[in-house]
Amino acid sequence: MRHLIDILDLTTEEIDGLILTAQDIMKYPEKYAEKCRGKQLATLFYEPSTRTRLSFESAMLSLGGSTLGFSEAASSSASKGESVADTVRVVSCYADIIAMRHLKEGAPLVASLYSTIPVINAGDGGHNHPTQTLTDLLTIKQEKGTLSGLTIGCCGDLKFGRTVHSLVGAMSRYDNVKFILISPDELKIPESVRSEVLDKKGISYVETNSLEAAMPELDILYMTRVQRERFFNEADYLRLKDSYILTPDKLKTAKKDMAILHPLPRVNEISTAVDSDPRACYFRQVRYGKFIRMALIMKLLEVK
Amino acid sequence: MIIGTINDGIVIDHIPAGRAMELYRYLHLDKLDCEVAIIKNAPSNKLGKKDIIKINDKIDVNLEILGFIDPKITVNIIRNGEKADKLHPTLPQRITNVIKCKNPRCITSIEQELPHVFVLTDEEKGIYRCLYCDTKAK
Repeated sequence: MRHLIDILDLTTEEIDGLILTAQDIMKYPEKYAEKCRGKQLATLFYEPSTRTRLSFESAMLSLGGSTLGFSEAASSSASKGESVADTVRVVSCYADIIAMRHLKEGAPLVASLYSTIPVINAGDGGHNHPTQTLTDLLTIKQEKGTLSGLTIGCCGDLKFGRTVHSLVGAMSRYDNVKFILISPDELKIPESVRSEVLDKKGISYVETNSLEAAMPELDILYMTRVQRERFFNEADYLRLKDSYILTPDKLKTAKKDMAILHPLPRVNEISTAVDSDPRACYFRQVRYGKFIRMALIMKLLEVK
Repeated sequence: MIIGTINDGIVIDHIPAGRAMELYRYLHLDKLDCEVAIIKNAPSNKLGKKDIIKINDKIDVNLEILGFIDPKITVNIIRNGEKADKLHPTLPQRITNVIKCKNPRCITSIEQELPHVFVLTDEEKGIYRCLYCDTKAK
């Protein structure tokens, strides 16, 4: 039995295999419509996330399976003080696979230690969000045709932005990838990602405060939201939330085929005027997210 | 300064100066009934200064904890007043319930029953990280 807690739980070959399956699902959805008939996905969302939960549910329903679960901690036994370990032991009796989101870092790992069914980390605090990374990788593959030889700009909240941490970890396994890390000083990428992924693997990267200076070099611009829920101090959030706002004007120096990605939801970091630019991929990215989750559910349930 | 020799017991030597009390707590030596001597700032050819702990009883010492504190620590096993063995701890791959994760966002901050586990992620630099949230041990 396999779980997916960290994107690095998957080998590069396995990721490439998931991308191929997702691309096949996009071409021939009817082939997959009954693959998970009779299987149940439990969505254990201790923290609200409409998008990720609906993506998982839509993925399972499109495979012919069904779903059950809760969408906030208040409507679960956690509100009565039940531990994550006990909750997954119980849910393992009802469902075939779990997707868990939790405010606290490491909760899905704890779940995987006690679960008798596969656990997928659907986001744990500011830590990991591997299915968003799979979505990002499929998006890059679809939009650029390759995962190698790209210059990737990550912009915004690189400190708490777990999607960035996972993306850096995953992309650093492909050849000739370069990162430009664009953030205010207070929201720079954590030391652990810098020292144990980028430095350790000898990946080329630059840290800068200037989106404008980085723009002409980028093949991918990965925008992130400054997340209010990750701050203990409201004043810090208010001071940093408008650090980078992408507008059509700022895109004038960008490559014609640059792809703009965003894990969504956005607040104001991408102006709505950018939405009609063909380089804006973030709504297509949402669609890809469903297909890669379908591929992942099939893999973990060992459905052929 | 003279500390009496021990007949059957353990001498934990080459402890970095100033860290003997930390080790005393980690090894729960306060629970022992036998004589325990803590020698601080003893002269050392290798280290300049070092701490030493002498335990006048045969106990099992957790070598993982010693390795985590400093793999240069040595453990001398004393039998009948003679050095019978010398052990060299190594950096353990993981340590459990020795130190606590201080990250307020870690699952261990709200689930008290969970063991605090740290895993060796960089052998060269001796860096340990929380199994659950990857926070670096201080």
